[in-house]
Amino acid sequence: MLLLARPLWDRVVAHCLDGLPLEACGLLAGREGKVLEVYPASNAARSARLYTVEPRDVLSADRAARAAGWDLIGVWHSHTHTLAYPSPTDVEQAPDPDWHYVLVSLSDVEPVVRSYRIIDRQVQEEPVYTEP
Amino acid sequence: MVIGKVGFGSATSLGRACGTLGGAVTVEVRLPNILRPMAAGEPIVNAEGDSLREVFDDLVRQYPALRSSLLTPDGEMHRHLNVFVNDDDVRYLGKLDAKVGDADTVTLMPAVAGG
Repeated sequence: MLLLARPLWDRVVAHCLDGLPLEACGLLAGREGKVLEVYPASNAARSARLYTVEPRDVLSADRAARAAGWDLIGVWHSHTHTLAYPSPTDVEQAPDPDWHYVLVSLSDVEPVVRSYRIIDRQVQEEPVYTEP
Repeated sequence: MVIGKVGFGSATSLGRACGTLGGAVTVEVRLPNILRPMAAGEPIVNAEGDSLREVFDDLVRQYPALRSSLLTPDGEMHRHLNVFVNDDDVRYLGKLDAKVGDADTVTLMPAVAGG
């Protein structure tokens, strides 16, 4: 389960829309499945098919999260033309089994936000709530 | 762990630019959550070395389980790892040849990427 309050949900989606036509990405901070802050990042891959969170943005997000007493608990990125489901590349490169992997699909009129756990390359969707 | 102070502790940038200033120094290494179980659960550990390669060697000596997360079988830096010396990305400092100085902080972060 991921709790992503509506104002944070809106910031995630807005960052993805701002990134078009490229994929957009960012990091989630919080604890125990509750997102308390989001950190929009640059896509160092500058691609409509791939993303790489700019390494300096990972460092700065980690520092900000730690300073607030949180951890980085996940990452989000957009799929500009495909469904909100992890690609084989997403699964292959998922860095942390404890993270939440949020996908934002922009392939339809309304953005679709879904979250997954990826453990040992097994993908499991989890519900996303915008309020407790 | 002995903290190996040398005489140029505040001149870390100069040290990286000029090379080795003295004996091996001790740096603080910050670990991401994913690597902590391989380092006795510690979020921050100390390691000795004048270069990132030596720091990694010392980390692996202390915590052998870290090796496959830090280095490839060929001994190169793992591509799924981002490493910073203070604020500087080591990709621009020579990767494993990056010099480190006393009071430097080495931060390890997962590379976050996908498609």
